[in-house]
Amino acid sequence: MSVAEPLIAAHGLVKRFGDFTAVAGIDLEVRAGEAFGFLGPNGAGKSSTMRMIGCVSPPTGGTLRVLGMDPVRAGSAIRARLGVCPQQDSLDPELTVRENLIVYARYFGIPRKVARQRADELIEFVQLTERADDTVEPLSGGMKRRLTIARALVNEPAIVLLDEPTTGLDPQARHLVWERLFQLKQRGVTLVLTTHYMDEAEQLCDRLVVMDGGKIVAEGSPRQLIERYSTREVVELRFAEAALDTYVGKLEGIGERLELLPDRILLYAADGDLAVAAVADRALRPSSVLVRRSGLEDVFLHLTGRTLVD
Amino acid sequence: MIRPTYAVFEHQLVAYRRTWRGSVLSSFLLPVLFLLAMGFTVGGYVDRAGGLSVRYVDFIAPGLLASTALQIAVGESTWPVYSGFKWHRMYHAMQATPVRVTDMVRGHIGYVLLRVGLSAAGFLVVMGLFGTLHSAWAPAALPVAVLVGLATAAPVFAYSASISTEGLFAVLLRVAVIPMTLFAGVFFPVGSLPLWARILAYVSPLWHGVELSRAATLGTATAWGVWAHLGYLAVWSVVGYLLATHRFRRRLAD
Ligand SMILES: Nc1ncnc2c1ncn2[C@@H]1O[C@H](COP(=O)(O)OP(=O)(O)O)[C@@H](O)[C@H]1O
Ligand SMILES: [Mg+2]
Repeated sequence: MSVAEPLIAAHGLVKRFGDFTAVAGIDLEVRAGEAFGFLGPNGAGKSSTMRMIGCVSPPTGGTLRVLGMDPVRAGSAIRARLGVCPQQDSLDPELTVRENLIVYARYFGIPRKVARQRADELIEFVQLTERADDTVEPLSGGMKRRLTIARALVNEPAIVLLDEPTTGLDPQARHLVWERLFQLKQRGVTLVLTTHYMDEAEQLCDRLVVMDGGKIVAEGSPRQLIERYSTREVVELRFAEAALDTYVGKLEGIGERLELLPDRILLYAADGDLAVAAVADRALRPSSVLVRRSGLEDVFLHLTGRTLVD
Repeated sequence: MIRPTYAVFEHQLVAYRRTWRGSVLSSFLLPVLFLLAMGFTVGGYVDRAGGLSVRYVDFIAPGLLASTALQIAVGESTWPVYSGFKWHRMYHAMQATPVRVTDMVRGHIGYVLLRVGLSAAGFLVVMGLFGTLHSAWAPAALPVAVLVGLATAAPVFAYSASISTEGLFAVLLRVAVIPMTLFAGVFFPVGSLPLWARILAYVSPLWHGVELSRAATLGTATAWGVWAHLGYLAVWSVVGYLLATHRFRRRLAD
């Protein structure tokens, strides 16, 4: 594999389950040292894509190369150099934290002594030292997730695949995971992650693709995407007096774009305060007004007409 | 390549190190108690009636050895395998590593056979202590028990990898395991069964194991000849193994 060749390259990648197309022809490249994200709602095809990259699910069409190899023919050799944190936990609940890591390391043919040493280092890295000799069963969701991430690192992988690493965690547990992932990123580990949390994508990803209905609808860095598909600021308006849709016409012309959501109206404008002033000029009385910067959520809304997390 | 296969085996050993105490009761003490109770109480009546050419305890001991192998093989190939796909997802974890399906099946069955072998060895020692071993071939009953384990574990692996509801384990027990235990010659000679039931006994892997086991500990001849019984158990093993890898692949593919 040459230096310039991307670690992951997909062209026209397709995954079908029977008649159903989960991934409908996507192109992407991930380069060494990048933190690459798939942002999209449930059912977008993120996991299906990750499982093809992880060489556990053969592509139905298109081409895919991982670490310069063909996943169908060299699956085992590729998997030897991947670290995978699947969407659904697959830890052995009867074993201890430490045993889970050692047992998994042995799957990669790592000698017992090295496995023990790495297990200790990784337990410390994910801050589970106090629970190292406890069985996994009673651990919290966040701890299990951190252990799964530690497990994905046990073979010192060239690429770490993380499928929704923080879904279902409370904010505190989520921040702890982000912190660890950020450290990995700083060490130059290539990360590929999926998420439907825009803040996660914004914080962790150098570059990401927005996926919807099995297709990639946009690609770029979080900042590029926001610049390209949204305005600098957003005004969130709520009205208590009448049905929201009656305000759509009344707000026309303010800002560049308007989105009607079930509980609020979003006005996209370069300058939020100016837009708020314009609303006041029209004698409309919103029950609440919030001016904020655009985020990936707004990008997604613009691209698909839907919100990411319902 | 043995390495990933061995890693799968080792995983089970690590788990066994935590749970072996609990399994001593079911996989050693209970079978032994059963042998003593049946052999020396029921045996007293049977021996007085004089229907058998050997003591009843000598007759059922090798049969119980084979049926213990069957029980352990089935027990270790049902829930643990099912859970590996459905709950703990152990096989899914392995799938993301260099471990291949053949490694999963071989490594895990290898562990099941170790469990069968350990129990069978303990059982054989008890048989020796109670004077039920009457042939120099008696140690051969151990590999026979392991072969019975393989001939039943392999197809049960395939079964457990195919079903999607636990309720179907009860079906396996009622339709295959319990009838086999009762009618495959463990407690009485199959010759006393009606023809249709005898045919079912001949089809079951257990009857062949019982024949071999009895031949080993009593030094008697088998019904069809040693090689025929060994060959039949080998067929169950090989077909079961091929089915198991096929079903594992199916289950993990999507
Ligand atoms: N094994 C499967 N069989 C059938 N349909 C599947 C399978 N896996 C996923 N799908 C379907 O494919 C679509 C994409 O799923 P997935 O890749 O899991 O999306 P995401 O991870 O973005 O939520 C969903 O509609 C899902 O129901
Ligand atoms: Mg998913």
